[in-house]
Amino acid sequence: MRERVSANGRGTARLAVLGGVYANHLALAQALDDVAARGLDAAWCLGDIGGFGPAPEKSIAILRARAVPTVQGNYDHSIGHGLDDCACGYCDPRDAHFAQLAYDYTARSVGDASRAWLAALPREARLTLGGRTVLLCHGSPRRQNEFLWDGSCSDAFLAWLCDTYAADVIVCTHTGLHWARPLPGGRWVVNCGAVGRPAHDGRPHTWYAELAFARDGAIDVAFRPVHYDHEALALEMEREGLPPEFVETIRTGWWTTCLGNMPAKERLAGAANIGAA
Amino acid sequence: MKRQSRSEASASRFGPGVTNPGLSTEERSPAEARDGVPEQPFHHLDVLWVQVAGTLCNLACTHCFVRSGPRATSHSMMTRVDVRARVAEALALGVKEIYFTGGEPFLNDEIEAIVEDTLALAPVTVLTNGTLLPPKRVAWLAALSRRARYALELRVSLDGADAATHDRFRGPGAWLRTLSGLRSLAGAGLAPIVTFTQPAGEDARAFAERCTAVLAAEGLRAPRLKLLPMFRLGREADRSGGYAAEETLAQLPRAAFDPHRLQCGSCRAVSSRGVHVCPLLVDEPGGRMADTLAESARPYALAHGACVTCWATGMTCANE
Repeated sequence: MRERVSANGRGTARLAVLGGVYANHLALAQALDDVAARGLDAAWCLGDIGGFGPAPEKSIAILRARAVPTVQGNYDHSIGHGLDDCACGYCDPRDAHFAQLAYDYTARSVGDASRAWLAALPREARLTLGGRTVLLCHGSPRRQNEFLWDGSCSDAFLAWLCDTYAADVIVCTHTGLHWARPLPGGRWVVNCGAVGRPAHDGRPHTWYAELAFARDGAIDVAFRPVHYDHEALALEMEREGLPPEFVETIRTGWWTTCLGNMPAKERLAGAANIGAA
Repeated sequence: MKRQSRSEASASRFGPGVTNPGLSTEERSPAEARDGVPEQPFHHLDVLWVQVAGTLCNLACTHCFVRSGPRATSHSMMTRVDVRARVAEALALGVKEIYFTGGEPFLNDEIEAIVEDTLALAPVTVLTNGTLLPPKRVAWLAALSRRARYALELRVSLDGADAATHDRFRGPGAWLRTLSGLRSLAGAGLAPIVTFTQPAGEDARAFAERCTAVLAAEGLRAPRLKLLPMFRLGREADRSGGYAAEETLAQLPRAAFDPHRLQCGSCRAVSSRGVHVCPLLVDEPGGRMADTLAESARPYALAHGACVTCWATGMTCANE
């Protein structure tokens, strides 16, 4: 998918990118309200709409009703094509176990029309903003379920991705943690994090990314917190019979699952952020 | 890529606890069985393994796949200059992460400088038996980890969830020394990865829960685990019998071959002897591929018995 987004009257195009919805419809709606209030030019979603949270049809309905352009995540691919598991790529068998509980719940909860919509989502999108080529994807440009963690990607590797996939800026999600890396030549790789799950730092809010592209090619990246009614979501998850481990994450901001792939840098940074803003 | 789960595993001639990788005798072609093994394409150098300690180790484990030990000299120690050159080669190819292994990396007198050099350029994982971690070294690791822009992973190996099992492979007292090392790392604020050799026949999740409980009792909260299958290589081949000549992927139907399943599509290992296809085959016939990493960026014929274990389990030696 290729699309051109024009810069606004200020000469700067501002793009919101939301990753990892994970059926958190309250945070998704709050984030989109925030994008509108901030007057951003466009908002994209990078997929994984179901999983973890309650009633995935609610999140799908929000994205469709608000016409949010969406890139397909591995979760969307699996649900859309009726596969047996989410193909998230967890290496710890306990993570795979919890992932399967979430997947089975999501598969039961998504109707045929939404499955068809998920299956038809594009695997990537290319935008031209401020004269720069922006590649939007879920995991990485080469693999839908690749984890691009800040701690475990060298500059040399990220530059290779930009070269190989002909992008000035790559925006991805999939890990659930947000980060941004400027590279030589004014290029960037940005992981927009997850709008549906907190960032494993003891704070319950979630995040999306805002990228600003000036006409002279300069790029600015910021991350915006999404404060939403997490207790209401936790109660809904309990009513739906989702695992208490998932509910605990929503309430505390600490991950209880999906930790088996997380590098030491991210593990230790989360702990160090306790008490931060 | 979907990895085959342990629950799909069944006992087979591919080894205890190892899945039959979709082979059927009906589909087997005599020509393929005799001659043809699939070729693994090389996609990109994601992971570089550096056998920085050669085969020198303070332990001499009964299952060591490269026969490391206090007097093992088949592969020499690599110098800081050697490693710098290899890392530079790898960065030019866009490498994602660097892993240091051996032998025991902390026996290399230059290991601290080597790790600092490398960590300035790329994420680093050091594989260690955890028995050579005096307070001064642990303090240095913790300080380096805090100030580094990339992840510094310490990966400590255990061979079972109890002292008797571990020490059967590694010698009396090894369990206590390794757990002491793990406690020191955790106490300094580090988050080591703990690898366990997975026993054949035990459910992976149940085993992981058991390992976590053991580590929790030692004060390691929510450690990151990595489970590895046993490879019948090196001393383990001497102990339990290696791969039989017919145990290869020659019989795998070409249509069933997934070019993204095996780690050798995205890794190489360097040692004092040159460039090898993967860290498992640095001491095996046919494992050496080239003098330079650029020359090794080509397909590899999957002719070794260990390739069957990798195929069947979908394992990678890397952290994820």
